[in-house]
Amino acid sequence: MFLDFQMDFIMFDRRKFLTTSLGAGAALGVSGLVPTWARPASMGNMGIPALTGTDFDLAVSKFKTRINGRVAMAVGVNGSVPAPLIRFREGDDITLNVTNTLDTDTSIHWHGLLVPFQMDGVPGVTFPGIKPNETFQYKFSVPQNGTYWYHSHSGLQEQSGHYGPIIIDPKGADSVKYDREYVLVLGDWTFTDPHRIFAKLKKNAESLNFNQSTVSDTKGLTGMWGAMRMSPNDLADVTGETYTYVINGHSTADNFNMVFNPGERVRLRIINAAAMTLFNVRMPGLPMTVVQADGLNVRPIETDEFQMGVAETYDVIVEPTEAKPFAFVAESIDRSGQVVATLGPKPGMRAQAPRLRAVPVLTMKDMGMDHSSMGGMSGMDNGSMEGMNAKPAAEMDHSAMGHDMGSGDMAGRKSDTMGQGSMSHGPNPNGPPVQLAKIEADIEVGPGVVNVAAMPTNRLNEPGIGLSDVPHRVLTYSQLRSLEPNPDMRKPGREVVVHLTSNMERYMWSFDGVKFSEVTESIKFMEGERVRLTLVNNTMMPHPIHLHGMFFDVVIPDYDDGYGTHRPRKHTIVTKPGEKLSVDISAEHVGDWAFHCHLIYHMHAGMMQVVSVLPNPQQSAAAPKMDHSKMDHTGMKGMK
Amino acid sequence: MRPITFLTTSAFAIVALSTTALPAFADDTDNPPWSMADKYWGAEEMAKARDHVQKNNGATPNYMIMGDRLEWQGTGSDGIFLWDAQGWYGGDLNKFWIKTEGEYSLADNEIEDAEVQAIWSRAISPFWDVQAGVRYDLAPKGRTHAVLGVQGLAPYWFEVDAAAFLSSGGDLSASVEAEYELRFSQRITLQPRAEVGFSASDIPELGIGSGITNFDTGVRLRYEIKREFAPYIGVEWQKSLGDTADFVRAGGGDPDDIVAVIGLRTWY
Repeated sequence: MFLDFQMDFIMFDRRKFLTTSLGAGAALGVSGLVPTWARPASMGNMGIPALTGTDFDLAVSKFKTRINGRVAMAVGVNGSVPAPLIRFREGDDITLNVTNTLDTDTSIHWHGLLVPFQMDGVPGVTFPGIKPNETFQYKFSVPQNGTYWYHSHSGLQEQSGHYGPIIIDPKGADSVKYDREYVLVLGDWTFTDPHRIFAKLKKNAESLNFNQSTVSDTKGLTGMWGAMRMSPNDLADVTGETYTYVINGHSTADNFNMVFNPGERVRLRIINAAAMTLFNVRMPGLPMTVVQADGLNVRPIETDEFQMGVAETYDVIVEPTEAKPFAFVAESIDRSGQVVATLGPKPGMRAQAPRLRAVPVLTMKDMGMDHSSMGGMSGMDNGSMEGMNAKPAAEMDHSAMGHDMGSGDMAGRKSDTMGQGSMSHGPNPNGPPVQLAKIEADIEVGPGVVNVAAMPTNRLNEPGIGLSDVPHRVLTYSQLRSLEPNPDMRKPGREVVVHLTSNMERYMWSFDGVKFSEVTESIKFMEGERVRLTLVNNTMMPHPIHLHGMFFDVVIPDYDDGYGTHRPRKHTIVTKPGEKLSVDISAEHVGDWAFHCHLIYHMHAGMMQVVSVLPNPQQSAAAPKMDHSKMDHTGMKGMK
Repeated sequence: MRPITFLTTSAFAIVALSTTALPAFADDTDNPPWSMADKYWGAEEMAKARDHVQKNNGATPNYMIMGDRLEWQGTGSDGIFLWDAQGWYGGDLNKFWIKTEGEYSLADNEIEDAEVQAIWSRAISPFWDVQAGVRYDLAPKGRTHAVLGVQGLAPYWFEVDAAAFLSSGGDLSASVEAEYELRFSQRITLQPRAEVGFSASDIPELGIGSGITNFDTGVRLRYEIKREFAPYIGVEWQKSLGDTADFVRAGGGDPDDIVAVIGLRTWY
């Protein structure tokens, strides 16, 4: 109880924190400062209280903690993994003082929050970072409410525990009704130095995968897979062999337990704060009603399971009527491990943990080679290589098209206005072609790019990888509908295509075949512009793609041709292997915004870019009325 | 080369030429990929941070040290100890390699055969590197060779290392090695391996005849206690051919030998 009180105080009184809690932490040796909300019901957490504040003091340090009964070194905030819950009210002016007590730089990024870009917390993009012994003051107010989170954007600190939840309470009444709430922060803890994990992936990319092809399961050795030197077993780079999966820092053995009274509506705010792990989330025997995704309310939809990309958040309502313990299961996408929590009628109960399910294998569709949509090309499974190096549909002879690339602002990106007109493979899996001015890079196979997906398909109406044959309902992106009408109904005036590219063998990851270290030009959006971002995944892995400072209005082809009025809006979207999907973006906030894969080692390998929203003096006064027909690449001249 | 890169490079060149006369232009060439935060935190601070974040996400150098075969071979009375080890340092495209291979005779208590290569390796395609450098023979003699080779992963997961050697004496030779990894389980792996040697000329003082000199093939069964630490047992058929076989016979050796091996495969 003493510690409880202390942690609640930390949020509001910096002096108290410095004098009392640091001393206590030191005396304990191993930090015992588990915040109230992250404690199990057996330690008094009967549901989190709706405390809000406006001033928060956060200290980043290196400290000992205990995970799964083992002492571990963490890098985190205020001595706990996860970091403290930051809860405030929509529209309030917030001040956060972040003190760095590490001997290296640190930072905090407010994931999904629409803050001024210089407060976004990405070193080298939006600010210089927080130096050792420095206190950086973040000040902002945000026009949104819901469940979000925060984490370091420096090095690999996030993997070491530098992440925590944010709840923004709505100004008025919450449209989601509930009697009790819990926050569940999912994580993948490792006792190995994250830099060592990255080094191992660089030396031998498959070395952390303990589900490789064997003599009794030769799919990955022969046929097209063997010819391509790609593995159908590569569902996760870092697996349960390395990771201890945790909920609020508790492993299955530690049993994060929550309580309910039968008949209550319990709101679970679920945040995937893992470094590398997509989780399959389910509560066997208890349907979940999804009410919010990525902090924004959605029309309530009942389901039994969903796959959660890294950095996504989902709020669900459960209404258990039976007085028995229910398991909350977060299973790693590659089924190499899981973490189980309990929701029970009494504190301290432990639900039966289900067994890990059979490991899924990838298919040709995940390679961007969906045979069902390719007609007579199925003869290619005999190992012929020609077809696999085929260039994407949009790639034509650009040199003959007379586009003026003059200014250099679009270095390396080519444009065409041909849409998908040249392809005629029956029904277009991406919906009706959109005739937009298009910016698309030339992607060529090379050391960093193994494959260019010949026939990427839209997979928004599919559940996550490995969940298409489970015997119950699974949520898909295309089922989501925003509760509120979309704020910007304009059609996009321009399409920017970004290819997700990789070479697993060399552990190289990039956008458009260009690593972040090699980027010489950011992607340019214009203030007031409505732009379509199309992601083409040429890799064999699902990537949770995150763009800072903006929301993605997901283009769902079978929802009013992609122009529905209640499209789901997300800050992070999982792009499945071999998928081509689009999102529409209102570029409202001027600034340089980080754009990256949220799998930390993919980002560290180079799968990152910056989107610059350029100020538009003519438009800022009278946005959003602009002549989109003049917004193609030629109009970009001199915008810098 | 992309045209735009060419233009930028040319611009750099022109400005570089003119900087002596007009140093003020130097700043114009500093064209950061993004810079809107400069006005809040200072251009200099941001330039440093930008440089760091870019290098840190895609250009961190790595290294590897690997003992592919550190083994005892049951040849003759006491057998030999063989090492076949490599290490590299560098980025995704360019790496500096050291390779060494040799045999220590336990019967004679001496190194019978040893070489070391220093090689620059350049990634040229998804799975292949071109390698060029020098090889120095520690035993016997002190020959130096120029090395040109390719190393990579062939379709169906065959690891291949092929190199040609031109000695300071003008002798041309080559070797091709191929390995395959067949997993019986997630920790037990059978590794078939084959190596063929060629020589363009007779080199009597080294016991080498022209043509195909030797063909060694074997299997090694390893248990990965950790991925990085795997002891193994195996068997290898070592066959000398043509004139090389005659040299071996003349030296009292067996040109057609089957040996047992016990060893360790390890990397860091």
